[in-house]
Order: sequence, then structure tokens, then C-alpha cells
Amino acid sequence: MTERIIDHPILGKMEDVNHVTFSFNNRVYKGLENESLAAALLANGIRTLRYQEESGSPRGIYCNIGHCYECRVTVNGQPGIRACITPLKEGMTVESSGQLKIKEKEV
Amino acid sequence: MFKAIIIGSGPAGLTAAITCAENGLDVLVIDEYMSAGGRLLGQLYEQPDGSWWNGLRESKNLYTTAISLGVKFHFNTSVNNIEKRNNRWVVYTEKGTFYTENLLLATGAAESPVPVPGWTLPGVMSVGAAQVMTNVHRVKPGKRGVIIGVNVLSSVIAMELHLAGVEIACLTLPKMNSIANKEGNPSQVLDSLLHVSHMATSPLIRYGSKLLKNDFIKNLGIHFYPKKGFKMWNTPIQLRKAVIEIYGKDEVEGVVVAAIKANGEVVPGSEERIQADFVCIAGGLYPLVELAALAGCPFFLVEELGGHVPLHSEKMETPLEGLFVAGNITGIEGAKVAAAQGRTAGLAMAIHSGIKGLDTEIRHSMDMVKQTRESADIQFHPEIEVGRKRILREWEISQTSKQNHEALMG
Ligand SMILES: Cc1cc2nc3c(=O)[nH]c(=O)nc-3n(C[C@H](O)[C@H](O)[C@H](O)COP(=O)(O)OP(=O)(O)OC[C@H]3O[C@@H](n4cnc5c(N)ncnc54)[C@H](O)[C@@H]3O)c2cc1C
Ligand code: FES
Repeated sequence: MTERIIDHPILGKMEDVNHVTFSFNNRVYKGLENESLAAALLANGIRTLRYQEESGSPRGIYCNIGHCYECRVTVNGQPGIRACITPLKEGMTVESSGQLKIKEKEV
Repeated sequence: MFKAIIIGSGPAGLTAAITCAENGLDVLVIDEYMSAGGRLLGQLYEQPDGSWWNGLRESKNLYTTAISLGVKFHFNTSVNNIEKRNNRWVVYTEKGTFYTENLLLATGAAESPVPVPGWTLPGVMSVGAAQVMTNVHRVKPGKRGVIIGVNVLSSVIAMELHLAGVEIACLTLPKMNSIANKEGNPSQVLDSLLHVSHMATSPLIRYGSKLLKNDFIKNLGIHFYPKKGFKMWNTPIQLRKAVIEIYGKDEVEGVVVAAIKANGEVVPGSEERIQADFVCIAGGLYPLVELAALAGCPFFLVEELGGHVPLHSEKMETPLEGLFVAGNITGIEGAKVAAAQGRTAGLAMAIHSGIKGLDTEIRHSMDMVKQTRESADIQFHPEIEVGRKRILREWEISQTSKQNHEALMG
């Protein structure tokens, strides 16, 4: 399980956090409002965001700033959304896009 | 229709926006990210005077200033194309089309990939991705990582990860192959690091090499700075070993490293496994120039600037009227240089839109760019000055031939 850095020796404590609930592949998780979807998922121990269309091999974030499109997911029914640059909102429904097989990771 | 449109809200774009707004222009800034700051957001390091460069705070300050001056922002908006039509620049985004007579491209830099076998496994990310996760989102990229690629940026980010309580098993090289050639050759990597140290005329460049004061340098008997090294920094750097594979079933479980000879060849039988739950790839930075290419701007390959850069003047104009560039799109340098360039670009845009009396100010701002460069915190290429001169010479050549052409036609 990956951890949040609540207290940082230079950056200090995390401020203004507002918890929201969202779902990923039909499971419910908690995250922080307006953090990136990729960050919210990683904080919940989830690295695999999709399965490659042809090979079915698992993929996660690579660049984390919108350049590489490795982190594409479906958000509220809209496919091809980059998880690394999409702010998390209450009630978001997120699904792995392009998957041929879904492997549920136990968290 | 806006008097000025700026693509990219990094230090260059934000400073340009503030400068334009201060001179009475109405400005729109477009960025595909969720918030303002660009690559400044994740920056965090101790400066030679002991104070901390906190990119998150710097970004907030610039953004607040811009907002107070009435600058408009569209975040979460990717620009797909730009073109010139009827003397106006047309900016096509996924959320509509915008028009202006003064367009600034401040799209920054991207990281070069280094394809190591296994690099598509979840848990493998660019070193910048780990920086943003840690310092901006405050989520650890993992418990224990390996960084592939030894350069100034990966050294700084290793320190940042360490600071946040993330263990870095080691910094090491990728195995040489045709693509990863330069990043994988230990003597070349060492050469470039040594080069930076020898160039350490400014205290801030020393900062970069101070980070590299560690076991491997001691083993080699090289002491650039016999005084105290960087206190929080104790991650081993391996230049005699290289990652030959990243392994894991569904996610990263570790890397296989092997001893390499000075020419980068693997010593057979020397393979060993290092466990890690994430891997960072540090292949270096190159200017993100796609939009300038789409606009039809001429390019030059200048290695010292990090790759292909659009032709531009010291006032940050391109040969295309009304199109300006600033920041890392013009060459890879630190945030303070990018901001200084942004100020010059903002003044040039104000002048182009008809504001008078800015001549002294823009000359002063061009001097500031040079001064900032000379005392830069972090230098990505030791010969940056050579690269800058080269592009300015190309600009002069293009202007002279333009004048000759006009004289001929006239
Ligand atoms: C991973 C990484 C780490 C770095 N660390 C340091 C460091 O520690 N210290 C240092 O001095 N320098 C560092 N740098 C160098 C850094 O590039 C400069 O410091 C500075 O941020 C460059 O400023 P800029 O304004 O040119 O571009 P950036 O800060 O890169 O900002 C560019 C902005 O443009 C946006 N953009 C790009 N293309 C589009 C598009 N098509 N549509 C919409 N928006 C777009 C991006 O989302 C981004 O916000 C780092 C660079 C990278 C890539
Ligand atoms: S991780 Fe590269 S676009 Fe999201």
C-alpha cells in the first residue's frame, strides 16, 4: 500500500484537504478532491490503470504530466481521459479503458 | 479575441502573462494541466545560501499576481493546433477556438524516454513523474525505487524522494543499446558530470556537482569539493553497473543489474536482482516544440539547448509575425531563466501590440536573462552559453538575408 506524505520536512503539513468518494472498476475508494485521478488511485495502492489493447499487458502512469497518454481511463462514461491531469471530483466513476481482461487487484 | 494568448502556465508563461497585463493587455493563458506552475510545481531544493527553492509556493505567488492583474486562465485545456489566418493567430483547443495577434508558446520541456526491457510495467515512470507525485500530490511513488539514468535532474529528484521518506536503492545506468547509447556509457556520463564540476565558476553550478559528491566519486579518487557534501544525500550512484531488465509479473518487482565495462558492455555472469516497487527513468530533457513546428517556424538542432529549437531573437520573437517563444521551448534551463525570458517575451508582445516607451525596459530584461543564466541554480548543459550564441547568430543570418531579399525585390 502506497502512502501519502502527510507531513513533509520542508513542505509542511498538507492543507485544505477535502475527502471525496469515487469508484474504479466498480469498487469504491476515497481520495482528495481536486488531486489527480492518478494520485488518488496510487494513494489507494492502484498502479494498473488499463490493459494494452492488443497484448493485454497492464499499464500505469509514465510521465504524470499529460504527455504520454499511458494513463488513459474512462471517466463518467467518457473514454480516453488522462488520469494524470484530471482532477478528482465527488462521485466520479472511473474504469480501465481498452481492456480485454480485467484483473482485480486486491487492496 | 484577446490581445495576448499564452500557451503554457510554467514560469515563462506566467511571468509573460503578468508582464503583458502590467502593460494593459488583456491576456488568456491556456494550459492542459489542472493548475498553474508547469514543471516549477514539483521543484524543491536547497539553494547555496541555505534557503529552499519551493516551486509550489513560487507557482502560487505567480498565479495570484496574474489573477490580481486580471489574467484569464483556461486549465485542463490542451492546444491541438495553431495557425495564422487573416493576420491573426488561431488557437485550436479541445474546448474551443481562440484568436489573438500576439501568441506566446511557453510549452516547456519533455523527458526523453529510455526503453529498458520491462519499462511498460506499471510502477515504471519518468523521474519527473515521481517528482510530481511526491512534491505536488504528496503521494509516495512507492516504498523503494531504482532510478535509471544519472544526471543533474535525477540526482536532485533522488534527494527530493529521500527527503519525503522514500527509499532509493540506487541510481544507475541503463544498459547500452542503440537508443540509450549516450545515457548508458559510464565514461561519457562521468565525462559530462566532471565537465559540470570543472565549469563550477558560479556557486550554484557547484550545487549540482555537490550532489554528486558521494562514494563513486570518492572511489575514483576525485574530489571536486573536499568540504562537506550534501547532508541529506546518501543514495549510492552506480556507474559500473547497469539495469539490463525491469522485472515483475503485473507490476514492478525489481530490476536486474549487471556489471558493465568502461565501454558499456555487460560482464557475463555478473547479473543480480535488486528489489523495488517502482522504477524511475531519467533520460534527460528536450524542448517541447510541436506547436512551433505546426505553425511552420524554422528549427535548428542545437545540442547544448537540448535538441531542436525554434529560431528566435533575443527579444523572443520568431520569424513569424506575432508568434513568440519563451522558456524551455527555446532550450533546457532552470526555472529562473525561464521566468526571465518570459518577462522579455511579455514586453516584446506589448511592444508588438503598439505600447510605446518600453525600449529601455526590454533591453534591461534581456540583460537580466543573461545575468540569471550566469548565476543559475541548476545547469542542464555546461555549454548552454555556446548554444544560446549559436541560435542568435542564426537569427542574425536570417534577418540579414531577409533584408537582402527585400532590397533585391524593392
Ligand atoms: C521533470 C522536470 C523536472 C525539472 N526540475 C527542475 C528543477 O528542479 N529545477 C529547475 O530549475 N528546473 C527544472 N526543470 C526544468 C524546467 O523545465 C524549468 O525549470 C521550467 O519549469 C521551464 O519553464 P517553462 O515555463 O518553459 O515550461 P514548463 O514549466 O514546463 O511549463 C509548460 C506548461 O505548458 C503546458 N503545455 C505544454 N504543451 C501544452 C499544450 N499543447 N496545450 C496546453 N498546455 C500545454 C504544460 O502543461 C506546462 O504546464 C525540470 C523539468 C522537468 C521536465
Ligand atoms: S501519465 Fe503520461 S499522459 Fe498521463
